[in-house]
Amino acid sequence: MSIYLNKDSKIIVQGMTGGMGSKHTTLMVQAGSNIVGGVNARKAGTSVELAGKDLPVFGNVAEAMKETGADTSVVFVPPAFTKDACIEAIDAGIGLLVVITEGVPVQDTAEVWAYLDGKSTRMIGPNCPGIITPGESLAGITPHTIAGSGPIGLVSKSGTLTYQMMHELRDFGFSTAIGIGGDPIVGTTHIDALAAFEADPDTQAIVMIGEIGGDAEERAAAYIKDHVTKPVVGYVAGFTAPEGKTMGHAGAIVSGSSGTAQAKKEALEAVGVKVGKTPSETAQLMRDILQSR
Amino acid sequence: MEFQAKELFAKHDVPGTPGIVATTPAEARAAAEQLGVCVVKAQVKAGGRGKAGGVKLAKTPDEAEEHATAILGMQIKGLTVHRVLVAPAASIEEEYYFSFLLDRANRQYLCIASVEGGVEIEEVAKTNPDAVKQIPINAGTGVDEAKAREIVAEAGFPEALVEQAVTTVLNLWKVFVEEDATLVEVNPLARLEGDILEALDGKVSLDENAEFRHEDHAQYEDKDAADPLEAKAKAKGLNYVKLDGAVGIIGNGAGLVMSTLDVVAYAGDAHGGVKPANFLDIGGGANAQVMADGLDVILNDAQVKSVFVNVFGGITACDEVANGIKGALEILGDAATKPLVVRLDGNNVEEGRRILDELNHPLVTQVDTMDGAADKAAELANA
Repeated sequence: MSIYLNKDSKIIVQGMTGGMGSKHTTLMVQAGSNIVGGVNARKAGTSVELAGKDLPVFGNVAEAMKETGADTSVVFVPPAFTKDACIEAIDAGIGLLVVITEGVPVQDTAEVWAYLDGKSTRMIGPNCPGIITPGESLAGITPHTIAGSGPIGLVSKSGTLTYQMMHELRDFGFSTAIGIGGDPIVGTTHIDALAAFEADPDTQAIVMIGEIGGDAEERAAAYIKDHVTKPVVGYVAGFTAPEGKTMGHAGAIVSGSSGTAQAKKEALEAVGVKVGKTPSETAQLMRDILQSR
Repeated sequence: MEFQAKELFAKHDVPGTPGIVATTPAEARAAAEQLGVCVVKAQVKAGGRGKAGGVKLAKTPDEAEEHATAILGMQIKGLTVHRVLVAPAASIEEEYYFSFLLDRANRQYLCIASVEGGVEIEEVAKTNPDAVKQIPINAGTGVDEAKAREIVAEAGFPEALVEQAVTTVLNLWKVFVEEDATLVEVNPLARLEGDILEALDGKVSLDENAEFRHEDHAQYEDKDAADPLEAKAKAKGLNYVKLDGAVGIIGNGAGLVMSTLDVVAYAGDAHGGVKPANFLDIGGGANAQVMADGLDVILNDAQVKSVFVNVFGGITACDEVANGIKGALEILGDAATKPLVVRLDGNNVEEGRRILDELNHPLVTQVDTMDGAADKAAELANA
């Protein structure tokens, strides 16, 4: 078991023929993902060989789904075209839409989010590393070599902190690790992932990684208090970030007194979540929990 | 800045008098001669300009020149005033607050309006929350005339201003969506003598991610206020934020770099309180040229005593990163003068560490863990 993605997921790649798209499609195939094709209107009817697999290119997502039975799409198209690519996939009724693209205008994401209302698609991202269920499937760019399958569920705003944490806890392994992205608006939140991990029988404990900006971590803390029975450990990055400066991620900004790392840490600790000072200390907290079980 | 917000307002037909920008007292005088009784206003990206003495009424051109002399060069919240806006004085009868903004938590937009404006909206929200109306806006449907009427009714604009308010709301919405803003704020939106509605002051925040479809937005960047090292980094395409400490930081990925700053600050507690000097995310690539550009910026920071290179090899293999560091040190040559603590982990780490061991560079120390490397970098910065 896992959340959102498993060995049966059939994946297409929007933007598979581009530089990023072909590089990461190759890595996804190597990770064991069942990649069934790609989408590029200008190259419809051709095919591309990646990692020894001959992958058909379709003119649009609906056609790709009809021909292959795909239920998941990973989006690598440039920011200017990301909104249209998402809407195309949502219209086609894709189940899981993983948007890797960084630099999408926030109003485009807001529109896509409004468009999703009442539809069955789950969007992850944008500006994220995607999702990996180790040993089964990867829909994104997380290196599949870091850690194998295991009892920990991981949800994080940051790609490299996801990698770091998976590396620290590689001896235990992960049910699913999901990077939700560092933009001000994202499709899947900490709360969504916490709910899914709580319901997943193979997830025994959860690591939640947050960073400055917004109040997603505070809301996640309130959710944990009422709905999560599994142990959760947390980490928050950005204690030393100055007010009013964007720290790399478009959403990572302290505005006035809101969005600070301190407030997020306090909110999590107030509901019994142990929060590590550093990634290593956070990993140790998780280690202690799993070893005492 | 105010004058730039007003330019955007004018572009989308929001009523207001933009005024004239002056960079010298003589220019302010000339503007006042043209405008009559006017207000001389400091132009910096900060609130509280009035309280800081940066906004003054001038009844005559002499007074305008005098005020401009006092205000130009003044520091407001750490920012130097390089320009003033000379705007015609208005006879204000009432002041309102109005804004459109991104509502992160609810993943939509929000309109905030209050007819009890004129002071800081946060204050009104605290003392009289019912007077501050918050109206959610669906990002798919936006603001049409019906929605604008709903907003105006909800906010409680006086009867005589309703039609003007509806038009103004629609035009401010155009500023918000057509300019890809994350905030469009008018404070005050004023009722002037004769029931005229005007935007007297405003603020617009633009989405940097949308710059590719707004070539004209580059002009709004505040180049005067930017730190020279930040400007240099930006010119090289580096994601850099200058801070105030002695440990230079280079890392890959925004989250890991933020975390690195924190870990260095904790480690600094044991080493005389040294702090991180900057945020620098070199992204996934980390080739020699990017590494050299990053080191070049950091080594030019006079406050920096040591540098911590913290890379987790995800997609990028550690041997590529190690070769990047090696290449960067060759490119920099004698310009590399400060100790480098390098922590590599992840993909192909053994080969990466071997390359740096073989390099045996006198400035480079390798430490295997992030916490240990932060401690070493802090120790070297405190030496």
